[in-house]
Amino acid sequence: MAVAAVTQGRQRRRARWSGPGLLVPALVLMGFAVLAPLAMSFWRSLTDPSFGLSHYTDLFTDGITLTIVGRTLMTSLIVTLGTVILGYPFAYLMTRVGTTMRILMLTAVLVPFWTSMTARNFAWLILVQRGGPVDKMFSAVGIDGVVLHGTVAGVAVAMIQVMLPFMVLPLYSHMAGIDRKLLLAAQALGSTPIRAFRKVFLPLSVGGVVSGSILVFALSFGFYVTPAILGSPQQSLVAQLLGQRTLQLLDFAAAGALGIVVLLFTLALVTVANRLGGSVSALGGASVAKGK
Amino acid sequence: MATRTQSPAPRHTEEGGRPPRKQKPVDAIPLWLKIVGVLVAIYLILPTLVVIPMSFSAGATFQFPPDEWSLRWYESFFTDDRWLKALSNSLKVAFSVMVVATLIGTAAAVGLSRTRARWAEAVRSFLMLPLVAPGIVIAVVVYIAYLNWQMVGSFWGYVLIHTAMALPYVLVAVTASLSGFDTNLLRAASSLGASPLRAFWRVQLPLILPGVLSGAVFAFVTSLDEVVVALFIRSPLFETLPVRMFNSVTIEIDPTVAAASSILVVLATLLILTPQLLRLARRKK
Repeated sequence: MAVAAVTQGRQRRRARWSGPGLLVPALVLMGFAVLAPLAMSFWRSLTDPSFGLSHYTDLFTDGITLTIVGRTLMTSLIVTLGTVILGYPFAYLMTRVGTTMRILMLTAVLVPFWTSMTARNFAWLILVQRGGPVDKMFSAVGIDGVVLHGTVAGVAVAMIQVMLPFMVLPLYSHMAGIDRKLLLAAQALGSTPIRAFRKVFLPLSVGGVVSGSILVFALSFGFYVTPAILGSPQQSLVAQLLGQRTLQLLDFAAAGALGIVVLLFTLALVTVANRLGGSVSALGGASVAKGK
Repeated sequence: MATRTQSPAPRHTEEGGRPPRKQKPVDAIPLWLKIVGVLVAIYLILPTLVVIPMSFSAGATFQFPPDEWSLRWYESFFTDDRWLKALSNSLKVAFSVMVVATLIGTAAAVGLSRTRARWAEAVRSFLMLPLVAPGIVIAVVVYIAYLNWQMVGSFWGYVLIHTAMALPYVLVAVTASLSGFDTNLLRAASSLGASPLRAFWRVQLPLILPGVLSGAVFAFVTSLDEVVVALFIRSPLFETLPVRMFNSVTIEIDPTVAAASSILVVLATLLILTPQLLRLARRKK
């Protein structure tokens, strides 16, 4: 007994210290790669050229930033609505089909999730350019000159496809937790299938929709590659503005201020989404392909 | 189990005579919903595939569908020094990121699983930060920091930030497989005299290996595909494949990008499809 107690005590002590110790490399890495650069930019945005909040107040008063932020919010909203409209029925269907079909549907979501972003944006460029397949398709039915390249619509069509997995995966993991027997019970009590769905399933799935939407909205807000390839400089979004201030104007203090604001905005949204349904972990979990 | 109700069943019985009304499942999936599902799946998968016919085009523009066919863009990809250099840079970075992120991420996931303290959740959120922080913000602040540290365009600069960005995927993958791990096994190993390291190596690691391996794959793909940060910290001497592709689309209009895209699309698809197909095959048995 005494020996067992001693080993157990030693184990417990080991366990208590081995946990935090194993975290050190990850924390050091994140400190160098992310935290230090963030702190440097934040410091610079406050002190360059002189100490003060001028770079932050400029964001609201320079006239350009607010216009671009407004346009970006609008685009993110359209993308979010699009992913809900397409993602909700798809995720719902995933909870209804058999296992084989579900794995196939999950694959349809995961393949674009992991396919090269640059390749996909290039593909969308081919599709929506002047004389491209989308243009031709609309011409064939008598609508001429549907050139989406260089428009917000073109950016949105491509962004919805890119963001759809980020809606479907959290939605599916949320919906999979809803007991279908409740719907059957409603139907047994004389409700029509549609009414049972509207009164029972829909309210239960709202949490998933809200958390998925916030996640998609937050991620869309910082999109860089799609607007850069498919949009136009006249219709630039926040990410372009950030890139331009950094690479072309070399105005690091102003870029840092805008970057910090965008980051805080995104983190606030993601935290809310997480509270509502753990969507970020759902995302990671689903991308690790559970499909059990 | 309630979700197992399938609609094809009544259709078969229809052939053998008129089925009684009651045989129709109570919980059938409406046809329109299946059609929507198919359409969404097409929208998810099909648009990307246009890069494959594009890559066999003979023309020097992005005209689709191509008028004539050739292999010239594949030839151009595999003979042009800049493309080959970009590919080898990307592969070197991605491989290093995979090794480092898998080691550090697995250690962190195991560490977090052994910690019951309240701050552990805060640490986990902090380590997940690169997954949710906008790529452009990371790109801007890392670029400014790298200018100070003279790390712009350096191999280790890429490895450092890509490893941080890949870390959340490893963490999630390993954490998922750790959730099914019985810690009593470690206690048993230790009571039989195994050191903690030996217990991890011989008992825990083999059991969580699937999670570690998928984390490694995710880390590799994350780095191989990362473009936003790479666009900022590149130098003329060191650029990765996605950066080369981005420039070919936006600045140079070089159709070689179609060949590069096709190779990446096919590779990613194989990486994702293989485990899924294996799972399906295992179910069939």
